[in-house]
Amino acid sequence: MTSSSFSDILQFFFMGLQRGCIYALAAMGFNMIYNATGIINFAQGEFVVLGGLMMVTLTMAVKLPIPLAFLSTTVFVTLVGIAMERFTINPVKHPTVLRLIIITIAVSIIIKGLAMCFWGKNSHFMRHFSSTETLDFYGATILPQTLWIIGILLLIVAGYIYFFNYTMTGKCMRACAINRDAARLAGINDRKMVMLSFALSAGIGAIAGIIITPIIQMDYARGALLGIKGFGAAVLGGLGNSMGAIIAGVFIGILEALAAGYISSHYMDAIALIILMLVLFVRPSGIFGSSEAMRLKEF
Amino acid sequence: MKIKDYVGIGIVMAAVAVAPKLVGNEYYLGVLIFAALNCLTCTGLCLLMGYAGQISIGHGAFIAVGAYTSAVLTTKLGWSPWTAMGCGVILAAGIAVFMGLPTMRLKGHYLAMATLGFASIIHIVAVAAVDVTGGPSGITGIPRLQLFGFVLNSDTRNFYFYWGIVVAGLLLAVNLIHSRVGRGLQAIHGSEDAAASLGVNIAVDKIKVLVLSAVYASISGSLYAHYVLFIDPGPFDVMHSVLLVTMVAVGGLHNIWGAFSGALLLSLLPEGLSFLSEYLQTFDIRYRTDYDTLIYGGILLLIMLFLPEGLFEGLSRLLKTVFSLRRKWGGGLARHAE
Repeated sequence: MTSSSFSDILQFFFMGLQRGCIYALAAMGFNMIYNATGIINFAQGEFVVLGGLMMVTLTMAVKLPIPLAFLSTTVFVTLVGIAMERFTINPVKHPTVLRLIIITIAVSIIIKGLAMCFWGKNSHFMRHFSSTETLDFYGATILPQTLWIIGILLLIVAGYIYFFNYTMTGKCMRACAINRDAARLAGINDRKMVMLSFALSAGIGAIAGIIITPIIQMDYARGALLGIKGFGAAVLGGLGNSMGAIIAGVFIGILEALAAGYISSHYMDAIALIILMLVLFVRPSGIFGSSEAMRLKEF
Repeated sequence: MKIKDYVGIGIVMAAVAVAPKLVGNEYYLGVLIFAALNCLTCTGLCLLMGYAGQISIGHGAFIAVGAYTSAVLTTKLGWSPWTAMGCGVILAAGIAVFMGLPTMRLKGHYLAMATLGFASIIHIVAVAAVDVTGGPSGITGIPRLQLFGFVLNSDTRNFYFYWGIVVAGLLLAVNLIHSRVGRGLQAIHGSEDAAASLGVNIAVDKIKVLVLSAVYASISGSLYAHYVLFIDPGPFDVMHSVLLVTMVAVGGLHNIWGAFSGALLLSLLPEGLSFLSEYLQTFDIRYRTDYDTLIYGGILLLIMLFLPEGLFEGLSRLLKTVFSLRRKWGGGLARHAE
């Protein structure tokens, strides 16, 4: 192997890593809501788009400093997530999974429509968090933004582990995910946990949108594809298993970049979808899930 | 079939017979032909959503399979449209089996995501495989349909033929619901475990319905190609699939007639909205077609929150309550008067 082909591979690896982190975060969002309610939130991709677009407005038009814009965007999308749960999921008296899924589809259409009205149809450019000067790494170049993305993903993972293992609320959420009735008997307010899961999921989606927008340029219609790739990562990692989802997300991102580099950039977007189909065919429990548990899973 | 269904079919046939006379305008006849295509797809989709309890967010892809098979085989290989349509049906059915086998054996709604993924793949292929599909510029010069040497070259002829197929599709679907398979499906919807214990082969029956609904969509796609005579990837995006789900859900998931009226209603909605926008313009309120998406989403959400059984059954139930209330109150008032 010549050194140039090695640096090529390394370059694709970095490109894949930055996209993969986004799929990983979207997959975490899916898992959180899935664990709390048993439904797949089709508006997950819309949270990512909303985060990206809001951040564009706050940094480029309002000219807020990036940390402040980051925080306000995350809070805003989290509130959207809470509103979604309060107004569309919570009031449903006799929930069937089919009905809830269609409701999340409806919410995703509405968010997409609103985003189109406010931000228009063109894609939006956002400045990078720090300089755009690339760093050299064994012949490959890496953008500082990529380092930001990886760093923020690691921070979120650390926060996730801390929250679900060492705080009471996090433990309550885990209890609800394992058995909702038993958790309720133990005095846990399960409706509140559902709301919290929507809030967290929206917040994580927003962060994903914020950190990727400088690289991919956000537009209103990206939600569906981002969402389904995130779902691919969630299924590959084992639905409900967030650590699996992170590894699977990064893996899908890297595979996608390699496919774009060595096969055809036209079919790049199809890679994640083909992986999703293959997993559903061959091992629907995902690489980190047990097939025993899978048979009982329902959504 | 029940009497209600005969009445329904009768009404649809009567309406179809007089509609071209009433409409008169070629443009609105075209709108009604597109409505027919949506009605056909939604009848199939309703079988899947309402009776097998599975959701497909990728039915636009089956339409695309039908449309592109028809277009490619007739323009590039010179096949007869009917043979091409048959090939489209076989291809769509094959894909449905292929997708149904793994997902239907699992509990839950994996089919939803599998179909969504499939629809995205089909759209990507339609745009990227330029040699076969013509890429973003599409395929032109698709021949018109011929029926025993009778070319469907006017909108009136197309209208009658397409709505004839819709009526045939409705008849088949209604008959299916009242057959052994249909009753089995309704049992699945009530309780999968109970149905299985009574000898309904759940996975096989669900796959059969998925195949049938894919066939409906594929035929509707072929008909689309032979009516518009030009196809490009635009109309087959995921949003169209979501719109189809909206049509079925708005009309009523568990009722073929509901899905049919939902499809008809939402197909005519853009026309209504453009009427409304002209009206609003006199008040200086600007309405843009961009808001259509928002309106579809809003309707879907409101229906799912407040009338989950759909407009069709929801409204009839609402009317019944109103009537019974009036009778009660009316009776009470009458007694007071005495």
